[in-house]
Amino acid sequence: MRNFLARRLLFAFISLVVASMAVFGLAHAKEDPINLFIQPGYFVSPETLEALKAKWGLDKPLVTQYLTWLGNMLRGDLGDSVQQQRPVTTIVFEKWGATAQLALVAWAFGTFTGIPLGIVSALRRGSAVDYLARAIALLGQSLPAFWVGLVGIWVFAVYLGWLPVFGRGAGEPFFDQVKHFVLPTLVLGWGPMAGYLRITRSAMLEVLDSEYIKLARAKGVSNTMVVWKHALRNALIQPLTVATLLLAGFMDGAVLVEVIFAWPGVGRIAVEAVNQNDFMLITGTVFIFTFLYLFMSLVADLLYTIVDPRIRYS
Amino acid sequence: MTSTVQTPDVSSEDKGNTYGLGWVIYTWKFIRRWPVIPGAILGLFLFLAVFAPLVATHDPNEQSLRRNLVRPFWYNEYYETDPIGQRQETRMIFGADKFGRDVFSRVVYGTRVSLSVAMVAMISGTILGAWAGITTGFYGGLFDELMTRFVDVWNALPFLLVALVVSITVGQGIIVMMVLLIMLTWVGLVRNVRAEVLSLKTRDYIMASRVAGASDIRIMYKHILPGVMNLLMVLGSLRVGGLILTEASLSFLGIGIPSRVPSWGAMISDGRDTLDEAWWISFFPGLGICLTVMSMNFIGDWIRDRTDPRLRQLRD
Repeated sequence: MRNFLARRLLFAFISLVVASMAVFGLAHAKEDPINLFIQPGYFVSPETLEALKAKWGLDKPLVTQYLTWLGNMLRGDLGDSVQQQRPVTTIVFEKWGATAQLALVAWAFGTFTGIPLGIVSALRRGSAVDYLARAIALLGQSLPAFWVGLVGIWVFAVYLGWLPVFGRGAGEPFFDQVKHFVLPTLVLGWGPMAGYLRITRSAMLEVLDSEYIKLARAKGVSNTMVVWKHALRNALIQPLTVATLLLAGFMDGAVLVEVIFAWPGVGRIAVEAVNQNDFMLITGTVFIFTFLYLFMSLVADLLYTIVDPRIRYS
Repeated sequence: MTSTVQTPDVSSEDKGNTYGLGWVIYTWKFIRRWPVIPGAILGLFLFLAVFAPLVATHDPNEQSLRRNLVRPFWYNEYYETDPIGQRQETRMIFGADKFGRDVFSRVVYGTRVSLSVAMVAMISGTILGAWAGITTGFYGGLFDELMTRFVDVWNALPFLLVALVVSITVGQGIIVMMVLLIMLTWVGLVRNVRAEVLSLKTRDYIMASRVAGASDIRIMYKHILPGVMNLLMVLGSLRVGGLILTEASLSFLGIGIPSRVPSWGAMISDGRDTLDEAWWISFFPGLGICLTVMSMNFIGDWIRDRTDPRLRQLRD
């Protein structure tokens, strides 16, 4: 177990280093990277350009530049945003809460509707509930989240006027804030929910068909016990294993949903940074996202070993 | 005469009393067995893509301030209460956007972009993935180790954010996006193909052909590739839908297709500002995406179940 943990940590570290090299390489891929640091449309004299290059160390050899940059990263200095003239870490920390709140609520929605629906649709295979659940799952995997969001805004906010159009509603009364969460949560959570539903359903069907379930039934275990104790415990391992895969989709989804609902979070910053050519801000946010993603997939892998004792890492 | 009339009556009653509705049941069974509806939808979109200039009623990029936010054709009241007398001549099927561009024609032309980008990415990605998966699985060693690590790292990065970084450093355009989509496809295939190759290469017939003196290339091409063909087809068809969605997301964020080319994702983004007065600009391209992706997913599932039920766990 310790061995596995060490290897897993090492791998996460390597991934981060490779990601940093990729970003650094990309910045130097096309043209002089100084262009990424000055705002487009401004005239900068050659002398100033040289001075700026010296300031950011762009006149030194590539390896030195990379190591300096990496060293700054490790000390928590992700550089300054070119547009806002403020440290990237400050900007990200300001917006972090909004993203985390939305992600948690949407994750809870996806998990706690997807898994039970998957179980029910497997137990009542071929029934109306099963067809409904599968239709929900199919739509969740086929509809573009950004379009569902827009249609939702049009129907519930513009046409019916039940829900607010955009934003988080910070500072409003509690119930109004809850209203702000409804549409983004549904849109962001639908995809993961569909994933959980399909996986739980097929895992449950497979387990219910296995020999040990037949044995349990043959020796007279009650249906409730068979379903809840023998089948469910084994079927729940599958959804856990794909938790990391769903997570990746979740992060991509968060970016889109934040853009549509003008949610004041990190994903929206990343897109704005692209539109404003703010190189430091975009690399900073991508790093934080990658770091989080690696951390969470590590946690999921550890959980996996706890839930399923049959798996041993050596 | 009477007997000839009665015979079909008797036979239909023999078939379990369908009250002359046998053909309905037969059609229903046919539809359930074959992907008729998704196939028809895809066929329709394929037709639109190929014959876009013939189907489109307007030039998709033709702007006109007179047609600013014209409503879809069924808004009779809107067209009839016409203050200046211009609308009768410009009834538009799906209305117009804020620049007066015809939404229907743009949706039709957008089919070209979505389908061609997804198809090219899927085919070249599958070929690359097959090559990488077969060589790594067959040879093993350092190349295999490096490739597996690379796949792991790539999977550890959130794709959309990688695309954002690439768009700001390398630039935006159709080629950059194609490369990104191809990367997304082939990296996803490598692991599955490699696992299949690892089990195939220990089979007796591979040993036999090796004894017979076949070269590595010949074994990979003649004996291993046919063995993973099934898997490739299933994975490829299951991924097209996702590729269309990804392309649309990138175009929606403004980092995919350049904006002068009509694409579904960019159109949805165009309609955002005027959502409260003109829902049709965003709605119809989105409907196009939904129908295509759903049909693709249906057909992918169908191919998977038909060719190899063992592959069920690949997406379920």
